[in-house]
Amino acid sequence: MSEPLRLAVPLGALFEDTLDLLDAIGVDTSPLRSDSRSLYFPGEEMTLVTLRPSDVPTYVEAGAVDLGVTGKDVLMEQQGRVVYELLDLGYGHCRMVVATRSGNHIAEELERRLGAIRIATKYPRIASRYFEEGGRQAEVIEVKGSVELAPLAGLADGIVDLTATGRTLRENALEIREVIADCTARLVANRVAHKLRQADIDALVERIDALVERIDAR
Amino acid sequence: MTFLIPPGTRDILPDEMRELRTISSALLGAFERFGYGEVWTPTMEYEDVLLQGDERAAGVSYRLFDENGQVLALRPDMTIPIARLVATRYGDAEMPLRFCYLSHAYRSVRPQRGQQREFLQAGIELIGADAPDGTVEVLEVLCAALDASGLPRTRIGLGDAGLFPKALEAMGVERQVGAEALEALERHDFVALEQAVGRLGLPPAKQEVLKALPQLRGGVDVIDRAIELGGEELSQATSRLRGTASGIEAKKIADRVIFDLGLVRDLGYYTGATFEVYDPALGHVIGGGGRYDELVGRFGRPLPACGFALFVERVHVAQAEEERRAREASEAVQ
Repeated sequence: MSEPLRLAVPLGALFEDTLDLLDAIGVDTSPLRSDSRSLYFPGEEMTLVTLRPSDVPTYVEAGAVDLGVTGKDVLMEQQGRVVYELLDLGYGHCRMVVATRSGNHIAEELERRLGAIRIATKYPRIASRYFEEGGRQAEVIEVKGSVELAPLAGLADGIVDLTATGRTLRENALEIREVIADCTARLVANRVAHKLRQADIDALVERIDALVERIDAR
Repeated sequence: MTFLIPPGTRDILPDEMRELRTISSALLGAFERFGYGEVWTPTMEYEDVLLQGDERAAGVSYRLFDENGQVLALRPDMTIPIARLVATRYGDAEMPLRFCYLSHAYRSVRPQRGQQREFLQAGIELIGADAPDGTVEVLEVLCAALDASGLPRTRIGLGDAGLFPKALEAMGVERQVGAEALEALERHDFVALEQAVGRLGLPPAKQEVLKALPQLRGGVDVIDRAIELGGEELSQATSRLRGTASGIEAKKIADRVIFDLGLVRDLGYYTGATFEVYDPALGHVIGGGGRYDELVGRFGRPLPACGFALFVERVHVAQAEEERRAREASEAVQ
């Protein structure tokens, strides 16, 4: 009998949907639902750990877990990490966008006249890459929270951020100007585990894939 | 007082050094038993000479100027320096040539467990021996080296750099059009691969083949599964790998090998078989290699070639883990 696969469950917005998915393929997630203190949940078929989404690629790349669920936004931001991206899980849909103050086009005018746009973001690599690839110059300012404040307070002309409904943006008088990418939850695997635990991982991927397709078809 | 050393480099003290020396000797001993003679080349080379071997400079990260203003580079691996050495020092020698090395190389990787920016590699190069026999010999030496380092659970992933491009070609996809799919495969991004394959304008059945092919990995039977899936087109694309497979079975090392039809390595010079070395104790590969039949030719003497390198520090980490497991198992019995 081989050791149980170790899978990282992301805390936050993807947490509930990930647990529902695991339930649907017959993995017991009740300990994660009831116990909010523990981080490590050994099981017979699968050992689950809970992590911040942005830590998932770190653990998966190092092989501290075999598999993990995290957002495409996180994978894009941490592009240098070597992980196998196995499945688009379909849930947690968000868009990575460029937003500026709504109404007028001051940001565009500033970009034209000053040669660069100031962008506040929690995703400095995605933002820099996006503007570089478009042949535009941006001064990317990394902030850790409440990025919507930056244009209001005058720290930046615009922001690059993840949005699901656009509500927070609207509430802060920001308007989506450009969509960088659509992001959903992804299943990723460690490169060594992907080879050495081939049978277990393929079986799991098949079960999840069948389920995701069924949900898509509805 | 503390004085800094550059990130990704480290000092090694006697306890660790003794163990590293033991591993290194065991590896070199295994190489020598197969007739591979040890070579030493300069740590720094002219950058334009390394560039000759690979347009992307094969990962050169550290450059400096000499007193004449020439650009020198710290070698990013030993394969290109040995290709240079063969072309210049063994101009009309009889083939094949067998070399091994124990050398530091330099890359600007993110420092992580068992891989630093200055790292120790032990490896071999077999020059002038064609596929599949040359490839099989190199794999046989690799297995002996893993045995010598006491790593019974280590497995070798074996793929073919030309397999996916050939499958695309057989389906009539032009090289430029298929580039996006190939890039997704190199990034190990199967979601992007599926999207890229969907844009190739192929009938659904062929799309399914291209999506499923890189997922096939396991015993030698995966080659048959690929042909079941894709018919004649894949029988051609996999014929080279099948040749290697029969040789491996004859040498009785097939149980050490995972056939992996999605394996691609990120160095530009691989042309045929590619390998990666995996140990369950580590999340990172502990070595890799493959065929580079065009590399030596870029230095003026066209010769088929194949080789591998093991990261000695990672072998050490894996070995320590094996010992820990063995100790726990024996304590559990008592």
